[in-house]
Amino acid sequence: MPSINRRHFIQTAAGLSIGFTLFGCFPQQEKTVAGTAPTPSTLPPRNIPDGSQIDAWLQILEDGSIRVLTGKMELGQGLTVAMQQVAGEELNTPPEKIQIVLADTGLTQNEGYTAGSRAMERSAMQVRRAAAAAKAMLVSLAAEQWELSTDQIQVQDGQVIRLDKNEKISFRELLADRQIEGTIPEDLVLKPKEDYEWVGQPIPHPDMEKIVRGEALYVQDLRFPEMIHARVLKPKVYGAKLTSWPEETQQMPGVVKVVQNGSFLGVLAEEEFQAIQALKTLGEGSEWETSRPLPKVESWADYMEEAGGPSGLNTNKATHAAVYAKPYTMHGSIGPSCAIARYEEGQLHIWSHTQGVYPLRSSISDLTGLAEENIRISGVRGSGCYGHNGADDVAADAALLAMAYPGQHIRLQWQRENEHQWEPYGSAMRMELSASLTGDGKISSWDYHLWSDGHSTRPRGNAGNLVSARYLEEAFEFNPGSRVGGGTRNSEPYYDIPGARIQDHYVKGPLRVSALRSLGAYANIFAIESFIEELSEKAGKDPLDFRIEHSSDERSVAVLQKLKELTQNEPSTEGEGIGFGFSRYKNTASYCAVAAKLRVDLSAKKITPIKMWAVIDAGETINTDGLKNQTEGGMIQAASWTLKEEVKFEAEQVISKDWAGYPILRHDAIPETEVHIINRPELPPLGGGEAAQGPAAAAVANAVYAACGKRVRELPVEAHVF
Amino acid sequence: MQSTKSTTQLTVNGKKNSIDHHPEEPLLYVLRNQLGINGPKYGCGLGQCGACMVLVDGQPALSCIVPAGSASGKEITTLAGLQNKDGSLHPVQQAFLEEQAAQCGYCTNGMIISSVALLNQNPQPSDAEIRQGLQTNLCRCGTQSRVIRAVKKVGKEI
Repeated sequence: MPSINRRHFIQTAAGLSIGFTLFGCFPQQEKTVAGTAPTPSTLPPRNIPDGSQIDAWLQILEDGSIRVLTGKMELGQGLTVAMQQVAGEELNTPPEKIQIVLADTGLTQNEGYTAGSRAMERSAMQVRRAAAAAKAMLVSLAAEQWELSTDQIQVQDGQVIRLDKNEKISFRELLADRQIEGTIPEDLVLKPKEDYEWVGQPIPHPDMEKIVRGEALYVQDLRFPEMIHARVLKPKVYGAKLTSWPEETQQMPGVVKVVQNGSFLGVLAEEEFQAIQALKTLGEGSEWETSRPLPKVESWADYMEEAGGPSGLNTNKATHAAVYAKPYTMHGSIGPSCAIARYEEGQLHIWSHTQGVYPLRSSISDLTGLAEENIRISGVRGSGCYGHNGADDVAADAALLAMAYPGQHIRLQWQRENEHQWEPYGSAMRMELSASLTGDGKISSWDYHLWSDGHSTRPRGNAGNLVSARYLEEAFEFNPGSRVGGGTRNSEPYYDIPGARIQDHYVKGPLRVSALRSLGAYANIFAIESFIEELSEKAGKDPLDFRIEHSSDERSVAVLQKLKELTQNEPSTEGEGIGFGFSRYKNTASYCAVAAKLRVDLSAKKITPIKMWAVIDAGETINTDGLKNQTEGGMIQAASWTLKEEVKFEAEQVISKDWAGYPILRHDAIPETEVHIINRPELPPLGGGEAAQGPAAAAVANAVYAACGKRVRELPVEAHVF
Repeated sequence: MQSTKSTTQLTVNGKKNSIDHHPEEPLLYVLRNQLGINGPKYGCGLGQCGACMVLVDGQPALSCIVPAGSASGKEITTLAGLQNKDGSLHPVQQAFLEEQAAQCGYCTNGMIISSVALLNQNPQPSDAEIRQGLQTNLCRCGTQSRVIRAVKKVGKEI
């Protein structure tokens, strides 16, 4: 460490030690459990410090243990363990000893949404800095107490050690009744990366043991005394109006109230099954005024072109031109969305698996008329979401029911068909490409047009984005906007192509849409990387070499070279094929190259994925197994989207109501997976949770072509290849 | 409307319970809400996804569609009941932990229950037999390749 930095740092830290204040008491002590904090609902709210302050992110508890407070959510992506690792590393304390509190408007920073693979890039880096600042303060405080220079003192495993006598003092003894406070210094010196013990290692996730033991972990598992169970009757189709409902429902066993507000209808009962029985009665006996709002669509490529207008591209001089399309696809969380809400004396508390507690709070404020300070949203783990699923909507539903029945905890879980029919889907898209090749096989022109609806209708303060708000007596207006937005993600090819032209066309599609894992990147990369492989064939080049020849970014080349090395000796028999896909996510984040090997049996109409490989460079990898897990899962999920998935609807309703109507990959078609990480500890972390989606889609489609000679440009593959 | 309830004697994880429930009530709600058991999860209510699975007399059962009354006199084992008396993990739980074979973990209950049932019947299943044994269980995070690795690991150890 350069001495000048160190000297300055010590001065800064010493100055900061004034910032230690007699805080009075420690943060409320719970039985300290590593991993996600104990029932988060039991922690009382606090005055949340500004994000520049150490204790905004990190507290020392009464027993000397360390609590990290993140404004992000655990979605299954491994956020909790990564936060433990970065904090533990700076404090020389094993990660499993660090307790993590997830996003909570009563406790944590407003970090917006947990989305876009940004949690490592931003939140984890703040936690890293807060932990380093806390360590500096502990050292500085011990130096004062022992009248030693700071280089004679170390922090190790939750203790402060004086090196001259090898004496130890616990954080608790050192701090007495004080809490760490103060600004995180700008010029903070972080632990040198070459000294890392835990960051960059495959540290197990702390919640995994609770998961395999079946312990309470999810919002679905929260139970409160005298909790009331609720269900909501969703309209049959968008825009339907409730005209009557069977009043005898109110006399059904256990039913405590039926709540109607316009076309929003919910039932509250003492027991969950009583609520489900009452919902059945409501469903059978209610009457709705419905139109037939949904169009007949034969081909999304045709529909989107007609709705958004043609590209006007003249492809006469192009070497190759092609049109690709994807249908609406679902998040399809295995656990339907769930929330618990309690309203009493003007205060509303909601427990939710939303990806954004603060944006949800402002939207609930708009919905209910309650001031934001009278609403608390506590983030609790839920079933994997992969974007904006029904989490926010169910929280709004629970809030409406709780306010109609104050004083009790109201638990609402959507039924399977609610989630399937009412979640906001990933938009259908159309992609049109045209390019020319030079005589030596270089791309000399590139035109790309895409058609899409928007890719985020997340609640950002407008109640209208919460679907039930549009059905209330005094309905909130929903403004879907008129921009493709995230649909343009990765529409620009990450290759050396002179004068590439890209244009988007907005289409207001028929179905509800919002953010689905990787937004438009999935379809754009599917199209670009399918087209690249088609061009490589026209150029007579190996598909990976063709990509490498168009890449001047050495990190692109490195992942492509490694993928070539992993797959070049892989044998393929008759009916089998290997295809590839590559992208740099958002063109600024992780580099990921994917290969898929699969078997196509045209007579049996069956595609069997055999193996998928990925090579990923996510900059500094915090948790190597976490990144592998995300990348393996991303490939399998994208293979499922690509081969099988399509939201189906008729004029009156979405008919993909369950897993029979919306099949996803089952175990008979799960590929073996192999992920290779190119770790670059010296570089910033880039976030890898969405990097595999697009490359995997193209790899699958390209492998289908390699296996059977059929080029599928409209998804899902299985609906179009046979 | 009348509230007619049935009473069923349920043996869950070795413990006998007398439960009053609606005659049509699926086992899932009784386990979760009356006995406070968290392993089995509501996923679809249709027997399509496997998140609700428990063992009934050693066989995998979809508790979201099995009426509670039909489990009378049978041995029900849930995920929490798999561990040994000293709290140590069942080999399948241990293998899932070692392979970190979950992301969100909502489906893990069913994955482990199916795997235990399979391995009890067939201690060294082939790749195809493992896939067949897990065919009911859906995972949206895409952790199935890890799940298969975990089951193979136990198969090898037995």
